[in-house]
Amino acid sequence: MLEQTLNSLKSFIPETVLIVSLIVCIILDLILRKKSAIVSVAGIIGIIISAYFAWMQLDMKGIAFSGMIVVDPYSVFFKMIFALSTIIIIIFALFSKEIFESTHKNEHVYLMISLALGANLMASSVNLLMMYLSLETVSITSYILSGYNKKVKRSSESAMKYVIYGAASSGIMIYGISLLYGFTGSMNIFEISMFLSKANLASSPLMVLCIVMILAGFGYKISSVPFHFWTPDVYEGAPIPVTAFLAVTSSAAGFAVLIRFFATTFLQNGMILNGNFGIIPGVNWPEIIIVLSVASMILGNFVAVWQTSVKRMLAYSSIAQGGYIMLGLVVANQQGITAMLIYLMAYLFMNLGAFFVLILISNKLDTDELIGMKGLGYKAPVICIAMAVFMLALSGIPSTIGFVGKFYLFSALIHSNMFWLALVALMNSVVSLFFYIKVLKYMFLMKPDEGDTQKLKFSPGAYIMLFALAIPTMFFGLYFTPLVRIAEFSATMFGIK
Amino acid sequence: MEIGLNHYLVLGAVLFGLGLFAMISRRNAILVLMGIELILNAANINLVAFSRYCGLGVNGQVVSIFVIILAVAEAAVALGIVLNLYNNFASVDIDEANTMKD
Repeated sequence: MLEQTLNSLKSFIPETVLIVSLIVCIILDLILRKKSAIVSVAGIIGIIISAYFAWMQLDMKGIAFSGMIVVDPYSVFFKMIFALSTIIIIIFALFSKEIFESTHKNEHVYLMISLALGANLMASSVNLLMMYLSLETVSITSYILSGYNKKVKRSSESAMKYVIYGAASSGIMIYGISLLYGFTGSMNIFEISMFLSKANLASSPLMVLCIVMILAGFGYKISSVPFHFWTPDVYEGAPIPVTAFLAVTSSAAGFAVLIRFFATTFLQNGMILNGNFGIIPGVNWPEIIIVLSVASMILGNFVAVWQTSVKRMLAYSSIAQGGYIMLGLVVANQQGITAMLIYLMAYLFMNLGAFFVLILISNKLDTDELIGMKGLGYKAPVICIAMAVFMLALSGIPSTIGFVGKFYLFSALIHSNMFWLALVALMNSVVSLFFYIKVLKYMFLMKPDEGDTQKLKFSPGAYIMLFALAIPTMFFGLYFTPLVRIAEFSATMFGIK
Repeated sequence: MEIGLNHYLVLGAVLFGLGLFAMISRRNAILVLMGIELILNAANINLVAFSRYCGLGVNGQVVSIFVIILAVAEAAVALGIVLNLYNNFASVDIDEANTMKD
């Protein structure tokens, strides 16, 4: 037992490093007693070391802590995504006026690291209990983060709404898990898969109930439609770096656990035939996912059209983007999973970029309303051109990274003869173009108000960060072979032959 | 009459329903949180009953202990947020806190 645990610790190094750097940040914060970039730097160094150890796990495949977590290329891929996005967001927080003016000192750094820790565990857990616990680690941290500005009314309101929706969905999820446990007699998803492969269940209503209830937990993390009610309010109320964090890291973690849960638990005999997942007969989860995905795309895109706040618009846009990503799961094959991973990488760059521009603009103008962006293209041309890149990438215009993601998703759908679904997604992309372009219309085609033509100045660091996000968005749109290679390599999960 | 698995499952389902009802019908944030606690306890009853009556060892009981611990952590954070809401809005009514509109 002891030996087994010690062996398991070897595959737990990235998480251990995160825990240590979390403690170091807390102590540094206590010693310094003031707002300081040192804590952020320490946090970033900790995450880089953790990412290095995660990279060392690249060719490892193994199970640890008596079947609680696994190490495989799939989890390493997500650990990299979380590390990259957490580093970027800790840097964002250094630029953000909202974070700087809050009454706290450096709490956001270690809260973000602990969220990254929860996300790492989510990506590697293969036990329903572990999935639930890591999901809650991420959730509880993000409740605190979304209410970070205690004195700001809308921040505390958003935290309240987030807690209520989050706790309710995860409560429903654990009830679903308890039913699935009683049904199959195990918490380990490989054992559940083996049980279901042997059991003969011709469309059991109890299984559908379990799946829907467990989906409530995952669906709320990725803000998919029936569980999306928190998204607009929390995105609008939380400080922008936190919003970006929720939109990218926390939803990527949701996808990590969602993909692993469905691709492993409901796979017949744990085997893939010709790249296709053999789904256990009687458990038609792709149909449930289709409904959620189409509903998310349609609601997200159509409601985003009416929004007057850019932050709220990005909230609805992220609901819609979640809908696109779920399309990769519907086809239930390796190609679909690969497409999802490509899209998640694309989503990281373009969405973080859009939020960074929003941080810079709202620092200067104290608003995130669309009307405030009027004529900004004349006052801050570089920032607005970068925003144009990110907006076009989000809508999926060719030669940007967003196009690559959408292209692979749609081709996965067409390969599996799901033409109507591809058509729905394509039409949704056209609708989404409307509201993404609307931001650019306000920026470039409208003249600023009279007497308000003073140029806005930004620090050199802001420009460096902006280019660090805008250049990959363009570059990987043209040269996307590395992205596809990484995704193809990472689509292999532990325990699936 | 002997108490069996079904009795516990029905109790769990009733608790779950009551919790869901409390969450939907109550406007006071504290009462909504109590509804959530009911849901978590419904899951606990299910877990313990399954592991006791289906011969599954102590797995379910261990899981339910984790759920209890998590419920405490969640309640701690949630009550802090409710307190902050009260400081800002002078009320714990979740309908009062509605400054953001579509």
